[in-house]
Amino acid sequence: MDLINDFRDKDLIFSLSNLIQKKSKKPLNIMEICGGHTHSIMKFGIHKLVGKNINFIHGPGCPVCVMPRSKIDAAIKLASMDNVIFTTLADMLRVPGSTSTLQKARSQGHDIRALYSPLDVIQIAKDNPDKKVIFFAIGFETTTPMTAVVVEKAIELGLKNLFFHINHVTVPAPVRALMNDENVKIDAFLGPSHVSVITGSKIYESIANDYKKPIAISGFEPVDILDGILNLVEQGENETYKVYNQYKRAVKLEGNLKAKELIDKYFKICDFEFRGLGNIPNGGVDLKDKYSYLNAKFVFDCNVESKKESKACICGEILKGRAKPYDCKIFSKVCNPQNPIGSCMVSSEGACAAYYKYAKENV
Amino acid sequence: MCLSIPSKVIAIDENNYATVETLGVKRGVTLDLIPEKVEVGEYVLIHVGFAMEKIDTKAALESIEVYKQIAKQMEEGDISELEGDMGLEDLRGKNGSN
Repeated sequence: MDLINDFRDKDLIFSLSNLIQKKSKKPLNIMEICGGHTHSIMKFGIHKLVGKNINFIHGPGCPVCVMPRSKIDAAIKLASMDNVIFTTLADMLRVPGSTSTLQKARSQGHDIRALYSPLDVIQIAKDNPDKKVIFFAIGFETTTPMTAVVVEKAIELGLKNLFFHINHVTVPAPVRALMNDENVKIDAFLGPSHVSVITGSKIYESIANDYKKPIAISGFEPVDILDGILNLVEQGENETYKVYNQYKRAVKLEGNLKAKELIDKYFKICDFEFRGLGNIPNGGVDLKDKYSYLNAKFVFDCNVESKKESKACICGEILKGRAKPYDCKIFSKVCNPQNPIGSCMVSSEGACAAYYKYAKENV
Repeated sequence: MCLSIPSKVIAIDENNYATVETLGVKRGVTLDLIPEKVEVGEYVLIHVGFAMEKIDTKAALESIEVYKQIAKQMEEGDISELEGDMGLEDLRGKNGSN
């Protein structure tokens, strides 16, 4: 058993591809919610293996891509304060705010660090007792429990100089917002891999039932994705709307209970402004009120006037699945991974970055 | 952000910190998020320095067996079992919908 290569096996890929094309009789708009799937689909050329009936709509499941300018502006303001060490995960450094990026702020001499792991911030806070250390936390349900572990350790150690700016988001809320938008035409969902490892597959049942759309939770490997698509094609043809857990080797019905307990212990649900989608009720989480003394939003002044998004950038439409990256006038010419104008070009999980890297000339 | 490559646990220290190997690269991850006990030799999914979940190799093997059967039937041109209403349900057996 080879946990990697067996799920990339050429013969298995082609047999699933053939079967999908055999069974697929009518058009099917499949939204892959997760940016990791977008990346895999483009990297392995899966969009070319499924026949003409299947159209992929690239969803909002890339935590960097959904980060609005206002959050980046607030991050830059915090990072520019005296006596601060500002920390976050690497992808965030290049996301454009209204006028700057964290990367530019770093080049101006501010102490901004990209972490390999959120846990590293504990050591940074211990090593720098005279500095205020801020962790700018991002990510869907996958990384929320990891931030919870760091919060717990900070409390256990009694660290007085570590603060959290929480920007964690949830998958179900934006999916529901998209389904409630009459301009969005989605027939089926490819459910996320890692988010589902934490949440479990059960959370999708109400979405499947409420909107009568099938959902296939699948792994990231090409064989996984093709099996997920095969199931969605079958369900589309049979007009069923079950939740199919293709990724049983990592995803349980109830998910990772320990991780979910940690999330419930430290976080409460809140609204969140998603880039391109606007304010999503219950779309995010923040620290519970009793931990406000750790919450950078209360401890520091984060208020900042943000400019509107660039008119030329259509990341918002792309995140809603209403446009493809190559529909954007500035795609690849002005906006590219070296000079990202929109957030979908920043992260390797963003639809624009995936198209630029794997399908710029041939989409 | 998502690295879905399974990693093999090769050592665990007294702080619940594991050394894992991913495609020949060794790195350290915390096991704080795994509900069950993790043994050396097991596989875990890792993400930004955390092991998120153990990988159930039995379930992985079952999935691969199903795909191999599909491939065999496609090759032989006998896809009768793969057709009809949810024709793969029987083949997938326990791997069907939750």
